[in-house]
Amino acid sequence: MPFIPHTEDDVRAMLETIGADSVAALFDEIPASLRCPPLEVPEGLNEAAVGRLMHARAAQDGQPLCFAGAGAYDHHVPAAVWELVTRGEFYTAYTPYQAEASQGTLQVLYEFQTMMTRLTGLEVSNASLYDGASALAEAALMAVRGNRKAKSHRILIPRSLHPAYRKTVRAIVHNQGIELVEVPFDPAGGHTTVAALEAAAGDAGFAGLVIPQPNYFGVLEEVDELTDWAHNHDALAIAVVNPVALGLLAPPGDWGDKGADIACGEGQPLGAPLSSGGPYFGFLTCSGALTRQIPGRIAGRTVDLDGKPGFTLTLQAREQHIRRSKATSNICTNQGLLVTAATIHMALLGPGGLARVARASAANTRALVASLTAQPGVEPLFDRPVFHEAALRLPLPADQLLRTLAANDVVGGVALEPDYPELGNALLVCATEQRGGEDIAAYAEHLQRILEH
Amino acid sequence: MSNVPAELRYTKDHEWLRREDDGSVTVGITDHAQEQLGDLVFVELPEVGASCDAGAECCVVESVKAASDVYCPIAGEVSAVNESLADSPEAINTDAYGEGWLFRLAPTDAAAIDALLDAEAYQALLEAEDH
Repeated sequence: MPFIPHTEDDVRAMLETIGADSVAALFDEIPASLRCPPLEVPEGLNEAAVGRLMHARAAQDGQPLCFAGAGAYDHHVPAAVWELVTRGEFYTAYTPYQAEASQGTLQVLYEFQTMMTRLTGLEVSNASLYDGASALAEAALMAVRGNRKAKSHRILIPRSLHPAYRKTVRAIVHNQGIELVEVPFDPAGGHTTVAALEAAAGDAGFAGLVIPQPNYFGVLEEVDELTDWAHNHDALAIAVVNPVALGLLAPPGDWGDKGADIACGEGQPLGAPLSSGGPYFGFLTCSGALTRQIPGRIAGRTVDLDGKPGFTLTLQAREQHIRRSKATSNICTNQGLLVTAATIHMALLGPGGLARVARASAANTRALVASLTAQPGVEPLFDRPVFHEAALRLPLPADQLLRTLAANDVVGGVALEPDYPELGNALLVCATEQRGGEDIAAYAEHLQRILEH
Repeated sequence: MSNVPAELRYTKDHEWLRREDDGSVTVGITDHAQEQLGDLVFVELPEVGASCDAGAECCVVESVKAASDVYCPIAGEVSAVNESLADSPEAINTDAYGEGWLFRLAPTDAAAIDALLDAEAYQALLEAEDH
């Protein structure tokens, strides 16, 4: 259905039909004291002027050489992805509550959900949430609701997890009576040890343990050990994973003896451009036992009255429009456009392609670290294997280095000291499959020059 | 016209209660309730051993179109739950007062049962609602 604005004649005819004098008259029942005063909005610009304004704004971003990760990654997105996603049928499709008019959208969601269950090794997926951080908050809420045996409102959350995720989870769960217990990371390995968990948990029970893989420092955690430890303490294991890393690493469903119970993370690396921070999408999957606790939309496959296969939203009694204040979440939407892109992206890459992207990213990061640590005073902070990011100790403050690199059109990484003061002059660097030998050599040259004086 | 067995007790929230010989009580939802809800697909039963206050939400019944809380008619401790509902929630639709029972309670105070509606009073409530 095309979008065509009303003409003045249309408006007049409609007002006449319903017997109203004006559109303003339709808002009569709002008390005058509550009505919005006239807004001070500047004069509208014409199309040419808007075009110039937006070009000027876009030029401010530039296209620097990007070695920053920290939650969003500069992967190649095949041109076919957005060529297809921007087709009208996908681009302007609305929410699929009316199944008979939404089969295309619902099928895409179903395919997406299927891919995410395969990728994470768990049985159930929803149709996505806003982003990785809020998906983790929902996972924490799920763990408390779903783990009745633990009778606890505590969640153990490692400091090796992304600082923005920790802040977001706190903001969302704080007023719902959930206590987040932070677990320190090992200073040598950059990972979370069982000893640290024991110390942090104390004697009281807890409902869930968050296990990032890889963690914020790019370091690989001992996921089997941590998953089993959580289960031995009657807690659920909540995996926070990078979807590209899952092209190579064991999926959460295979962690420990019984597998993680919930998996979540940021879907941006699957087909979404960096676009200055968003929009991205969060994914959330879980074991069959937690099906009724997972929030968000779920597309299901079924048959109609004539026995023909079709798709529909399902298990809606979890959601707000039916369960109201007792719904599994206040969120009852999903990131349809980004999910469509991710589904096409994953279909184009396939498991083999995703593994190759992961392998190339890991290899480039190894090469980057080797190249940068060849400089005096630059060393890896942690001694454990990493995926496609690494924390480096520098002989000068990270933000000073980053400023100089920025002047040379290079985003050198993300400074760690603001969130981890104890790490001092530390930088988190990342090389995806896009940052090959030439880019790495360029970074190394800049670094050498900067350190030399 | 829904079925309202004479020997049971009822609440205004459409739960029924039956006194058992051993002093415990069995609780379920009425025929009227199952008719209103439609096909039952899932039941979230209370934990055995949990104690419930009178009027507290202790159970959730979910149909294709709604999820409804079930309130504990009188205070007590849950002594048993109908595990078969996990595989066959539709028993509530076909046999609300028999196979569709939800849970059993050891009452804190058996006298509280007398304050519940009897069949006649519940019938009257249903008729009033029909208007």
